[in-house]
Amino acid sequence: MTKFLEIRGLTMRFGGLLAVDNLSFTVEHGQIHGLIGPNGAGKTTTFNMISGFYKPTGGKVLLRGEDISGLKTHEVARRGVVRTFQHSTLFAELTVLENALVGTHMPFRPNIFAAIIGWDKEDRIGAEARAREALEFFGLEHLAQERAGDLSHGHQRALGMAVAYASHPDVILLDEPFTGMNPEETRRMMGLMRALRDNGITLLLVEHDMQAIMGLCDTITCMSFGKFLAEGGPAEIRNHPAVIEAYLGGARHVA
Amino acid sequence: MPRILFFVLGLIGLIALPHALSFSQQEILVFLVINVLLVASYRLLTLTGEWSLGHVVIMGVGAYASALFSKNLGIYVPFAMLLGGMTSALLAVLLSFPLFRMKGFYFLIGSFAAGEIIRLLWKRFRDPFGGAKGIKGIEPMPDFSIGVYEFDFFEPISYYYMSGAVVVFCLWILWRIERSPVGLTFHAVHWQDKLAEASGVNLRAYRTLAFSIASGFAGLSGALLAHYVGTINPNSFDVEVMVFVLTWAIVGGTATFYGPILGCVVLTILNEIVLRELGFEQMRPLIYGAIMILSILFMPKGLESIVQRLTRRTAVAAPREKVAE
Repeated sequence: MTKFLEIRGLTMRFGGLLAVDNLSFTVEHGQIHGLIGPNGAGKTTTFNMISGFYKPTGGKVLLRGEDISGLKTHEVARRGVVRTFQHSTLFAELTVLENALVGTHMPFRPNIFAAIIGWDKEDRIGAEARAREALEFFGLEHLAQERAGDLSHGHQRALGMAVAYASHPDVILLDEPFTGMNPEETRRMMGLMRALRDNGITLLLVEHDMQAIMGLCDTITCMSFGKFLAEGGPAEIRNHPAVIEAYLGGARHVA
Repeated sequence: MPRILFFVLGLIGLIALPHALSFSQQEILVFLVINVLLVASYRLLTLTGEWSLGHVVIMGVGAYASALFSKNLGIYVPFAMLLGGMTSALLAVLLSFPLFRMKGFYFLIGSFAAGEIIRLLWKRFRDPFGGAKGIKGIEPMPDFSIGVYEFDFFEPISYYYMSGAVVVFCLWILWRIERSPVGLTFHAVHWQDKLAEASGVNLRAYRTLAFSIASGFAGLSGALLAHYVGTINPNSFDVEVMVFVLTWAIVGGTATFYGPILGCVVLTILNEIVLRELGFEQMRPLIYGAIMILSILFMPKGLESIVQRLTRRTAVAAPREKVAE
């Protein structure tokens, strides 16, 4: 059986720096999969390779058996893998609803000729319905007409996810979704992520907040200095000697 | 309903306007109408966040193409104009391959370089572009009648009506594009290209789309110009004209659809009519420049910000007064 999302021997070299070194792991369908590791372990680089921002130096990313490594970001997105960003990367000048409408770009592909004549009414209605649905899911519908840049940090993070969710993705890659959130917001966001998983969306997230990771993920992959370190459930990872050493710093790594 | 009334009044005003002007002012009015289309098409390109310095040369491509189509191939002038616009759009698609490897400032310089290359080609090749002297004796629009009105294109009024109708139609298309999901995607490409890309937007395709549509309408405006003045040469489309387009867009403001148009209209009236009538013949560039610097200093958001403030105030204070304006 082909695996859902398989990372096979992924390598990224920036000049002399080996950021990610022969990394392999598999993400199962319908799971929340965490990718952790100390700072500089190459998590975000891995993310950028999966989502098509970087072309890997070596190795493959296989989605349902199809090699998607080296495709452009929008091509990866059209295969159902969308990502969110560190910090609040949003269309700050546009309204919340317009942000979500950009997210519906894939299911409701705009057509310029239909738009000029006015034959895209159904599409526009459908896109707005989908956008409002996504906002409602993340509890943002009452803010639909606000400027996205004026929202609070927690709402901005939620909107970032709503934009991704609006495109009917199979996989959402979340880059540090809990950064700068208070415990209450984190708890709410965790609930939303579980709800996404129950809707059949696979989540792969990079995160530093250990409590959130341990409470949320079905499987966790730990990497250190660009290499695969350990994989397993939260309990396994928590007690894994190599993981503890990587985080607390064994003598070997101090150099 | 009041909105329709507003448009009808505006339309009647535009139809009556040339009859209140002198002959030379009527000529300026024709140029103004053409320039409105030029600057409005330029705004579509700026929607994606890219500013070009080659827009006027692209306009010239439309002018040259239309002139040559009608002169050498004997194509009926209105069709030649359309073909001129299409030539510009096609050329923009070709230019997009090298140009959209660059962004921001580099695109600006790249578009300038591309424009200069095209201009030098016009100068270099006497056949068919006529070299530095350009093309003379371009076919005028053929006269025709629509029953209620006889179009006699020797008169600027007739040309004003014809080009005005064309420009209004083009503005309507541009407006529809901007208000459509396509326009929203242009905004998205401008504000956060990374996030747009992650949402499945093909950035290259959308930048090229905006560039070619803008170029097509610029080409059409060039064609309108060529068949009015009857003679074009490489210097009619040099960077000096481009600076005018930039100042219209900047002084008017590019945040709204009407901003650049407002800038074009106000600055043209100021320059051509007010300052000329006041008799500041020698001092005109100086005063014009000073007004521009002052407006940028004190209205960084452009003329459109004044309109926005006025409409908001009337909307809050007395919603009915808006109709009367």
